[in-house]
Amino acid sequence: MRTQTAAKELAAVIAESQQRVVKIYGAGGFRELEAYQTGLLVSPDGHVLTLMSYVLDTDDVTAVLADGRRYEAEYVGADPLTELALLKLPPLDTPLPCFDLSAPASASPGVPVLAVSNLYGIATGDEPVSVLQGVVTAVADLDARRGAAQARYRGQVYIVDAATNNPGAGGGAVVDLEDRLLGVIGKELRSRVTGTWLNYALPADRAAASVEAILTGQTSGDDALLLPEDPLTTLDLGLRLVPDVLPRTPPYVDWVRPGGPADAAGLRPDDLVVFVQSAAVNSCQDVAARLAEIDREEVVALSLLRGDELIQCELAAEPPAEDQP
Amino acid sequence: MRNLVERITAEVAECAENKYFHSFRGLCVLCGSYKLLTAVLAMSSVVDATAFASDDSLDQLLAEEQARVEVIREFTPAVVAIFDGQGEGGGSGVIISPDGYALTNFHVTAPCGPAMKCGLADGRVYDAVIVGIDPVGDVGLIQLLGRDDFPTAPLGDSDTARVGDWVYVAGNPFLLADNLQPSISYGILSGVRRYQYPAGTLLEYADCLQTDAAINPGNSGGPLFDAEGRVIGINGRGSFEKRGRVNVGVGYAISINQIKRFLPMLKSGRILDHASFGATVATSPGNGVFVDEVLDSSDAYRRGLRYGDRISRFGGRDVRTANAFQNALAVYPKWWPVEVEFSGRDRSLTREMHLAALHQEEELFDLVQQEAAKPADNPRPPKEPEDPGGEEDKPRGKPNPLRQAKKQQDLPEAVKQRYTARRGYANYWYNLRKRDALWDRFQASTPTAPLNGEWTIEGVTAAGLPCKLNAGEDDAQITLPQGVFSADFTGRLDQQQSPPGSGGLLLAVRLWQRLLARGPAQYGEVYYHGALPLASDSQPLDCLVGLHAGVECRFYFDRASGYLAAVDAFSNEWSDRCRITFAAPTELDGLRVPALWRVTSGDREFATLTLTSWRVAAPAADLSEQAEEETP
Repeated sequence: MRTQTAAKELAAVIAESQQRVVKIYGAGGFRELEAYQTGLLVSPDGHVLTLMSYVLDTDDVTAVLADGRRYEAEYVGADPLTELALLKLPPLDTPLPCFDLSAPASASPGVPVLAVSNLYGIATGDEPVSVLQGVVTAVADLDARRGAAQARYRGQVYIVDAATNNPGAGGGAVVDLEDRLLGVIGKELRSRVTGTWLNYALPADRAAASVEAILTGQTSGDDALLLPEDPLTTLDLGLRLVPDVLPRTPPYVDWVRPGGPADAAGLRPDDLVVFVQSAAVNSCQDVAARLAEIDREEVVALSLLRGDELIQCELAAEPPAEDQP
Repeated sequence: MRNLVERITAEVAECAENKYFHSFRGLCVLCGSYKLLTAVLAMSSVVDATAFASDDSLDQLLAEEQARVEVIREFTPAVVAIFDGQGEGGGSGVIISPDGYALTNFHVTAPCGPAMKCGLADGRVYDAVIVGIDPVGDVGLIQLLGRDDFPTAPLGDSDTARVGDWVYVAGNPFLLADNLQPSISYGILSGVRRYQYPAGTLLEYADCLQTDAAINPGNSGGPLFDAEGRVIGINGRGSFEKRGRVNVGVGYAISINQIKRFLPMLKSGRILDHASFGATVATSPGNGVFVDEVLDSSDAYRRGLRYGDRISRFGGRDVRTANAFQNALAVYPKWWPVEVEFSGRDRSLTREMHLAALHQEEELFDLVQQEAAKPADNPRPPKEPEDPGGEEDKPRGKPNPLRQAKKQQDLPEAVKQRYTARRGYANYWYNLRKRDALWDRFQASTPTAPLNGEWTIEGVTAAGLPCKLNAGEDDAQITLPQGVFSADFTGRLDQQQSPPGSGGLLLAVRLWQRLLARGPAQYGEVYYHGALPLASDSQPLDCLVGLHAGVECRFYFDRASGYLAAVDAFSNEWSDRCRITFAAPTELDGLRVPALWRVTSGDREFATLTLTSWRVAAPAADLSEQAEEETP
């Protein structure tokens, strides 16, 4: 019974994602060089994010929407570092469904994901693209720089246990079960040591940065991280963790400011922080790193353990000091 | 305090990274709720789970896991590990009836010849014999021998399967099942109603299911189960390309609803063919599917389909692309009736059309022989895998006893008793048995001996006007309101289409009379075709096909009662058939005969006759007494 309910939810998430994924056809068609790949709608007026690849090496790049409509896609630009390219469909009468890059989601290992792409070019016309399921198995630096055919990008990627990176899948979406874009399926990479094909996705925030850079005419640099200018700190939330003395100090609450947000939520010293938003945290450093990704204006969800009791709460930072009299 | 902190930290790390990691995956995806995952990850990794035995969400997760274990336990006994006689090639299968009928792939059975060895999870090995094959659809039906209480798996409904549904794959990947226990993999449907282009000369996967549950070489022929453990497909293909022949998350299963349509025909022991439409179509982007060629010998042409017509629906499905059209067509067996909606030239029509065969018979049989002559596809993993990081070679402690089985010329006794070779058949033994059983059941419903002889039949038409039919061995005559019509059967039978507009009513009566008088063994060539519906919206009926003097005649029998439900006579391939549809037999002049006949040809109704009298004159020679059973 539960399985059926869950499958229905899953089916809805899948249907949403499939609407935002396009089939891209261009150059290629030779042995092991497929003339197709996948793209993501990232704006209602028809911007399509995809891989920069030989498929785009032609004036005739065609994008086929989920409903079967076909359009010539115009090349806007590419980010040479992430090897992502941006295409633009001709102006359409109605806005298109798209992934929201303005609020990129992230995930940590163990998070269930779906990979949505036209791998092997299985779908044509109005046929829905393929969906695979799996979990994020690691968030790790991509180290595949040796050789011209390998990737230039060397930042963090999601490693996935589903066979996401198949021929034609590049440019597809890795989404979480709430249909938020976590990453863009990267080009096919194979280890020269083990012969293993890597299944990975470029994080959505890096993809968003690439899109931004392409649209503003600047390509992103190696260190361009899209962190909020004014991130949250534990003190903003009215609490302090135990001193960070170990390589992985468990993130116990050390002190709660009376009258602060944490106090109002009922948090107490010796509560153990186990999750920040959707990410499991094992150390004080984890907590700090996670909070650094969250803008001060945002509400943060925390999960804590007190003895054997699980406490879940949502905290907002106190108004900035200058607002106070 | 510090010790405690360190210990907990270590536990959190270990649990998150190793211990619980993989079980989370299924559980968390199933529950579909991130919050639940959060809670459970936190609880189970840090705190003794028993402290939370009363927690609803944890209970739910454990219940779901238990449900999966139960489903797997229930379907496992019906999963078959198939090995060829030498134990070198093989694949998987699934038992669908207690008498041992099991589905697998044609490409698994083809190299095996008539006999194979089948292992079940109970650890026993059974002889199995080939029954029927659908080489285009890549389906083979085999029968396991030696029991009448084999464990079975229920068949599901692949038309209701949706992307995102959880599915199980069970089978014998890489022929690992030396202990005969199936391997299970789990995933979701990645796509439904997929079309995969013909591979090589024969196999075409239309309307198939795509899954990310692992399908590897050796899984071929095994079942794809839905979450409740019902068979929704037969696994048979994967997309591999440059990735080598191991699963890369893209496997395909033949949908069970297609197989259900073919199943009675598979039981006929024949080599089955798929359908062709007699017209080709092309996509006009945004506008739909248009006919770009139509054969004037096709039923489609006779029903009015012309070049340039737009086809909007086929077999109950909307078709907007040529791909979708092919997908809708390729799931049908030859001769199947389908409803087609088409329009153009200021008209919009819905017509029932009878599909033709995809291949010439001889061409198909030759292709099947070529396929069988190919060496067995060895699904075992390569000795030097491309992927050195993969699993170590499987343990080979003792030699596989199956590998010592004898060569195929020396068939096991149980198989010998159930196998008859004949061109055009996978196993003619099954056809004869089905044909004779059908005939016996018909005779029980309708005694044929009193009908042997020359018929004088009187009745009235739908308008209440009298009609009279005289039917003998050499000639026949019918008096209808529109005139008197006759036919002579001493010469050629083809081209006999009298009365005009009936498609050959007198010929149909003559051939029916012949079958009644001589029985299937003496008629000419008579074979059991399987089950075919008379119309696209009716239930399939058992069908015998008779060939006599160059004319094909089909006899349809009600599957429940055994009586004759209809006769189709084909005077030639360019014209519409004559079809007589009969009401259930009743008593008339001391005979048990159908007293209501409906005569149609194509989509035209020729006559409806209500009979008032039926007399039989003594036969010239009692041929039915001479009828002998053909011995295999």
